[in-house]
Amino acid sequence: MADETQRPAADSAADAPGTADEIRRRVREFLTACDPATVPRGDFLRARFDAGLAWVHYPPGLGGIGAPRALQSVADAEFAAAGAPTNHPELIGIGLGMAAPTILAFGSHDQRTRWLRSLWTGEEVWCQLFSEPGAGSDLAGLATRAVREGDDWVVTGQKVWTSQAHRARWAILVARSDPVQPKHRGLTYFACDMTAPGVEVRPLRQLTGEAEFNEVFLSDVRIPDSDRIGAIGDGWRVAMATLMNERVSIGGRALPREGGMIASAARTWRERPDLRTPGLHDRLLRLWADAEVARLASERLRQQLAAGHPGPEGSAAKLVFARLNQEISGFEVELCGADGLLYDDWTMHRAESANFFGRGPGFRYLRARGNSIEGGTSEVLRNIIAERVLGLPAEIRMDKDVPWKDLPR
Amino acid sequence: MEGPAAVNISDRPAAQPEAQAAGDGAIAGSGPAGGALAAGTAPAGAERLPSLLYSEVESDLRASVRALLEDRCGWQAVLARTESGEPYDAALWRALAAGLGCAGLLVPAEHGGAGVSYREACVSAEELGRYVAPVPYLGSAVVATAALLAVGDTELLTKLATGDVTAALAVPFAAMPGAPVRPMARLARPQPGDAESGVARLSGTVAGLADALPADVLLVPAEGVPFGLYAVDAGAAGVTRVPLVSLDMTRQLCDLSLHEVPARRVASGEAAVRAVSAGLTAGAVVLASEQLGLAERCIEMTVGYVGERRQFGRPVGSFQALKHRLADLWVSVTQARAAARYAAACLATGDPDTLVAAVLAKSCCGEAATAVAQECVQMHGGIGFTWEHPAHLYLKRAKSGSIAFGTPDRHRATLASLVTLPGPPASS
Repeated sequence: MADETQRPAADSAADAPGTADEIRRRVREFLTACDPATVPRGDFLRARFDAGLAWVHYPPGLGGIGAPRALQSVADAEFAAAGAPTNHPELIGIGLGMAAPTILAFGSHDQRTRWLRSLWTGEEVWCQLFSEPGAGSDLAGLATRAVREGDDWVVTGQKVWTSQAHRARWAILVARSDPVQPKHRGLTYFACDMTAPGVEVRPLRQLTGEAEFNEVFLSDVRIPDSDRIGAIGDGWRVAMATLMNERVSIGGRALPREGGMIASAARTWRERPDLRTPGLHDRLLRLWADAEVARLASERLRQQLAAGHPGPEGSAAKLVFARLNQEISGFEVELCGADGLLYDDWTMHRAESANFFGRGPGFRYLRARGNSIEGGTSEVLRNIIAERVLGLPAEIRMDKDVPWKDLPR
Repeated sequence: MEGPAAVNISDRPAAQPEAQAAGDGAIAGSGPAGGALAAGTAPAGAERLPSLLYSEVESDLRASVRALLEDRCGWQAVLARTESGEPYDAALWRALAAGLGCAGLLVPAEHGGAGVSYREACVSAEELGRYVAPVPYLGSAVVATAALLAVGDTELLTKLATGDVTAALAVPFAAMPGAPVRPMARLARPQPGDAESGVARLSGTVAGLADALPADVLLVPAEGVPFGLYAVDAGAAGVTRVPLVSLDMTRQLCDLSLHEVPARRVASGEAAVRAVSAGLTAGAVVLASEQLGLAERCIEMTVGYVGERRQFGRPVGSFQALKHRLADLWVSVTQARAAARYAAACLATGDPDTLVAAVLAKSCCGEAATAVAQECVQMHGGIGFTWEHPAHLYLKRAKSGSIAFGTPDRHRATLASLVTLPGPPASS
């Protein structure tokens, strides 16, 4: 009985556009013409983009060939096998995962051609200026003002939790262009040049001791209207598209069994029989099982995406990921006993990205607290699941139809 | 009373497969698998995972089973049956078997079955769980069939495939796969003529069997030299089945006693051990899927109810106190589905990871179903605590199912050796 999920053994249309074989053929042809062993990294990445093999599901001319998104992994695997340099996706995740899909969906032709290539190669790093001290979960309440002056917008306000701001050339920015409108309707979306006068980036030290994030102060920053993305007043819709992409990209990576946070807990358990107790054993077995099931659920999510049927389970994956990271790291600190009283380093480092590994269990424990806050708190995610997945009645809201300027603050 | 409102919260209509595009079944995400620690002694997990989606065939089967159950398995009838003398619905079973082939899903086509895999058997179980259907599917079409498939007893399999004959493995419903088989029956003194007709005699008792009340044939593990698995005609003289007042009366248990009952040896020695083990493993995995279907149905029922029930001038489902709990339950069902699908896929191909997969599925689905069914009662408030509402049928099926074939805790305990996470040293 044919299983529709299996690829036919003999692909009758192997060379048709959008097949894995076609992608492999194109990559091999490209590698023949552009040898990663001799071509400098930057030239190689730019050429890969121009050949449409950067993100194959993007349109021709913008780094892709309009192939199914699922085939990206085929291209990546071919390049990896050839030892080709990467664009260090782990360092430019906001650009790749959030800015790029938004620019593609809402940007003008000029904006797409101007920004996407250097974004993908990593030559221009992007960051995200969304959250504010007064607008976290309630992002639509943000107060950063954008005032039109001729062909420019003059932007003033404070943004927070901006990773990579200190390395970024560009930012995606949401600002309030019309305070008389109700809060969701008066927002406009921009690309902000982080080197423009009036942009000040300060490290934001977090409870782990290091500073992964920044505060960004915008003081009369001039943004040309040509850097506006989407229509004036349509910023909320554009921002929602960005955030949906964020949720797709979180937890989107395939891990092996015992990959992720459970790895070091299991290793410590195996190496230190002296630390074991019956109670901890029960907890470890449960956490191990939960982590493995969460891995399977992430894999199922990826398979749904690959089959073109993305389900609503992405928000579930993030909730589970946050809870497990917190429980497992808490377990590990407790397992360590007296050593759990120590911490590896409180020095304020400038961390490039959240890296749980290569640090001690205390760091993992503290950093994991952020997992249920960043990228949408677990409480907001539960609201989203309850209302959008389960269809439960919405919260009673007082702020939806009131002009933003009249809301109590 | 109105029936519970039905809200489809699954990510697809019943008949729509998730995996209709001919895509690669297990595509890894792009980019390097950064962040993964290569732990030296970590157990090998399947690097390339099987498809965890529902195929078109599986979705078609689901739609057919659901349509039949929607028509023939209303909860009021199920409830009424639990207080009748006939806890099992023979007519429904005939319809499932003759109409849809559910009795013989696992039996190869050459022996009269559908010849499909555990993936399809699990989808069918999901639907039976949704309706707390009182049919001996799990005991006969899964557990007994798996045991017979393991030893290749085609004669009996052919009969089971039609559903006209049902069988039950004579082990306690709580028996755990992987644990040593402790036969509670033994070979009894032969009677005149037994030797000529190749008949053995069994005596003994087995407590707490599931799906044995309606069974025509009992597959009895029995002591002797060697250990054997025997087929016993349930109607034979000397066979006594005592119905038990069970927590879940939609799957009423019974005690079995055998007194010098004629029996045919189906397998002996290692083959018999394998047969029992295969039956129990299949039972655990397919029951996990049944629990998944049950959990999904309970969430739908509850979501429907809290959206309609008004207190304080608003639907109670608009209160975050309920919304967040329902969201968490839905999340637990997404996890349970992945575990159930993985176990089904492993069992379907005889994957070496099947034991781990069965542990994950049985523990995860059992706990998810129990939690969801409990909350289903709670969020229905007073009406959910009454006899005249189906919530209790689901609660009892969920809790019983989580104990059957090994509790979540006992399953997870086996991970200690399966994935090398040993307990404290004996001396400490």
